[in-house]
Amino acid sequence: MIEVLDTGPLTTVQDRGRPGLAHLGVSPSGAADPRAYERGNRLVGNRPGAASLEATLAGPKLRFLEPAVVALTGAEHWPAFEMAPGDVLAVEPYARGTRVYVSVRGGIDVEPVLGSRSTDLMSGLGPPVVRAGDVLRVGNEAGGAPEELPDQRLVAEPVLRVVPGPRADWFAAGALEALTAHPWRMSISSNRVGIRLEGERLEWARNEELRSEGLVTGALQVPPSGQPILLGPDHPTTGGYPVIAVVHSEDLWQLGQLRPGEAVRFSV
Amino acid sequence: MSVGVRPAGDRALLLELASNADAVRVARRARAELRGVVDVVPGHETVLLTFEAEPRPDEAVALAEAALADDHSPPESALVELAVTYDGPDLAEVAELASLSPEEVVARHCAVSYTAGFLGFAPGFAYLVGLDQRLHVPRRAEPRTHVPGGTVAIAGVYSGVYPRESPGGWRLLGRTDAVLFDASREPPALLASGDQVRFVAR
Repeated sequence: MIEVLDTGPLTTVQDRGRPGLAHLGVSPSGAADPRAYERGNRLVGNRPGAASLEATLAGPKLRFLEPAVVALTGAEHWPAFEMAPGDVLAVEPYARGTRVYVSVRGGIDVEPVLGSRSTDLMSGLGPPVVRAGDVLRVGNEAGGAPEELPDQRLVAEPVLRVVPGPRADWFAAGALEALTAHPWRMSISSNRVGIRLEGERLEWARNEELRSEGLVTGALQVPPSGQPILLGPDHPTTGGYPVIAVVHSEDLWQLGQLRPGEAVRFSV
Repeated sequence: MSVGVRPAGDRALLLELASNADAVRVARRARAELRGVVDVVPGHETVLLTFEAEPRPDEAVALAEAALADDHSPPESALVELAVTYDGPDLAEVAELASLSPEEVVARHCAVSYTAGFLGFAPGFAYLVGLDQRLHVPRRAEPRTHVPGGTVAIAGVYSGVYPRESPGGWRLLGRTDAVLFDASREPPALLASGDQVRFVAR
């Protein structure tokens, strides 16, 4: 068991989420930085899909009530280490990046909902947000020996590759160029549902309403304000604002590590 | 019977169709037959297909065209009746906007059979198509921060039922005891795209 002493700004339980249920209105959810999350499970020898803690900007602070093997990935790098009963793990505010995954050998054991232990902040599916005072059980998702993996670094000045469309033609001439020519600032009012970006105004060329259509993680949805919203894992499954471009699947992990107030660029 | 196709990143395609009924039909076929597909998400007149790997647009379009060529009858579907108490806070305002009495609003809302066009906004929230034209009213300028679960509402061309408490900008007509979404039930969503829905005043 693990006692939660402090969560930092936000700590949730995350795994691979709930893909395949979007037609029911269920968001994909899952780790915001899947690359770091998967790596954490390998470092402690978990089966793929075991649940981890996803912390945001700082924390968490945990007291281990039983022996445990733990790794930190994402904004921090700690290959597997052992914790003895009574040991306290306190993660300081991160110098760079936004999310740290605390992977525990065996995984975090909470009740799965629709096949996943992920908290979906938009719909409320899955376990509640982790609170100080919670006591978390360790599961039995250990698979093999902990792996040794080379360090994985964050990108200092991220440039995310995008694929134009599906509604690039909804915008005024030059909008796609404006998207890629200038840096965008990530607003502090960003979360796992969406990252609000501030910068050049992306003008619509049309004055009609788009009928709601399916959305993917990484879509750059543009409301009439012209300021794009980059959809995160807890995004709504359908929406009526045009999507000018979608982040390439190989760069999606970076969505989880963009920092409020910092700049991000896009390239086609 | 042309099917449009657009990229939605490097792992998804958006198919464009002529009607919601076509979208429902293509989505069913894609879910049953398309290889390597993760999600099949109908929209109003679109189907989003997400894939494990590189999408194959030609295969997706061929499947859609085959689905449309095979069958021109409406897609087979369940009929779901929802008992509604019409005491919503926006009933009087909707009546005023539509130049009808509240009783006439209720009668028109119950008179038609709706099609669950697609789901979204929240788990189990179906956008119901078929609303009486006189009841096409805009969303509220100021969305409410709390709309109770089970609230029956309208906005634009749609009607819908809020599955759980959430913020919402639609006009609230009444409430139902039906459980629109229950993660422990199979299937978890009461309504699937293509289902027929009727409201019955109680």
